[in-house]
Amino acid sequence: MGEEGTSQWRRGRSKSQRGTEESPFVKWALISVALIFVLIFLLVPLLNVFAQALSKGWRAYWNALVDPDTRAAIRLTLTVTAISVPLNLVFGVAAAWAVAKFQFRGKSLLVTLIDLPFSVSPVVAGLMFVVLFGLQGYFGKWLDARDIKIIFAVPGIVIATVFITFPFVARELIPVMQATGTEQEEAALTLGASGWQTFWRVTLPSVKWGLLYGIILCNARAMGEFGAVSVVSGHITGVTDTMPLRVEKLYQEYNATGAFAVASLLALLALLTLGLKTLLEWKQARDYERAQQTAPEPEKT
Amino acid sequence: MGYTLFYLGVIVLIPIGGLFLRVLDLSPADFWRLATTDRALAAYKLTFGASLIAAAINAVFGTLLAWVLVRYHFPGRRFLDALVDFPFALPTAVAGLTLANLFASTGWLGKYLVPLGVNGAFTPLGVVIALTFVGLPFVTRTLQPVLESFEREVEEAAATLGSGRLRTFLTIIAPTLLPAVLTGFALAFARAVGEYGSVIFIAGNKPYESEIAPLLIIIRLEEYDYTGAMALAVVLLIISFVLLITINLLERWASRYQN
Repeated sequence: MGEEGTSQWRRGRSKSQRGTEESPFVKWALISVALIFVLIFLLVPLLNVFAQALSKGWRAYWNALVDPDTRAAIRLTLTVTAISVPLNLVFGVAAAWAVAKFQFRGKSLLVTLIDLPFSVSPVVAGLMFVVLFGLQGYFGKWLDARDIKIIFAVPGIVIATVFITFPFVARELIPVMQATGTEQEEAALTLGASGWQTFWRVTLPSVKWGLLYGIILCNARAMGEFGAVSVVSGHITGVTDTMPLRVEKLYQEYNATGAFAVASLLALLALLTLGLKTLLEWKQARDYERAQQTAPEPEKT
Repeated sequence: MGYTLFYLGVIVLIPIGGLFLRVLDLSPADFWRLATTDRALAAYKLTFGASLIAAAINAVFGTLLAWVLVRYHFPGRRFLDALVDFPFALPTAVAGLTLANLFASTGWLGKYLVPLGVNGAFTPLGVVIALTFVGLPFVTRTLQPVLESFEREVEEAAATLGSGRLRTFLTIIAPTLLPAVLTGFALAFARAVGEYGSVIFIAGNKPYESEIAPLLIIIRLEEYDYTGAMALAVVLLIISFVLLITINLLERWASRYQN
């Protein structure tokens, strides 16, 4: 399509009459409404977190953060995340590999099942594990007899977090792996590479951005999960309170500064997540462009 | 492959199956009685009503946001684009905390709204506000790729044939976008029905008035009424499955339009 031709044709008509664009008035009205909506619903709540956290000054903010129970909550959140993210990373890669590179019956069912934790209410998810491992539950008696604590203890929090963050890595990887196809792997195998070599040298590098993106999202959700963890944790201050649960407890104790101080750390995590995500998307687009430049011009259909 | 199925089974399928099996121990009459107490019915009504309103608000503003982000260039567009994902990244407890603070009578927004009679904190309206926040990205993110791949030629053809801009939008653009908007609406609705963290901070949680269904499950659990909690959970779980299937069908419909 000739760019020149269109622009000349456009210049020939007055701006507001362009056939495929709104009049400037409508355009700016739409933009303003969108901006106001985002301002009220996204930006103001974000700024409010930091404003409230610092409303009593930096000193009160710092004191709220070094409170021993708050520090214990931060430590617990980091521990839980450090366990559950790698577990789901390994699963996500395996699942995406199976779905994208092989053909088998029931594949779409498998994809639906992987997505399932997204649509289950976190509270229901937590309850399911209480039903399994709680004292009234299937394994409750057996575990109790062996003095193993899962519910109202750290293992339960880990299991609930793993359930909730289960789909993130797989979901990001499946479309990327499907898009890269199997030709490169086949070439590597023909040239004598072993299965593992092919996986490490060919498959993983081709999906690295998608993989990182999945890990970032998984990590953010693991640190911030509230509903499911709230059901299984038992809310023992200093022992089974994660950061989001600590926020709730401080709020209920009318300690607004404390609640907002912990919340501000989680909000920083969210901002970091968004920043990294934007960076990754930008890198991915640049890699793609570079690949397009070096590859021969694909035929237009 | 085997590992995938094993892990999936242990983490997802066994817990869900376990819950259903336990509820099967109940007689249907008992289940019905537990799942439809007056308090539960009030909670369902609030949960579904507020979720529907929130998803509808998001359908309108989400479509507008997607349109503005794809079609127009203006300063701050990329910043706005990144910010849309903010509700996904922010822990729900933090969202609830800050929204409750904003809409309370002393907060930045409540200061002006409460004198006008708009009480956002500790009322059913608060539930709608929180659910709108958590569901905000869904419609925009579903719609954006569809709008980007939308062919301008069709609009140009319509314009050449003398159609006004509004008519082009209503008769050509809107029907094409509809499946994606509906998918986004269903995703936002599904998320809202199960949402817990953000709502409990802002809702006030009064029984029969501002108590959502997931909260009632937790209350039953704290009363050691396990069967009551499980009956409610199964109702929510069945609704999630129905929504999941609906979303899958909608997505299939939407992708047929795109090709």
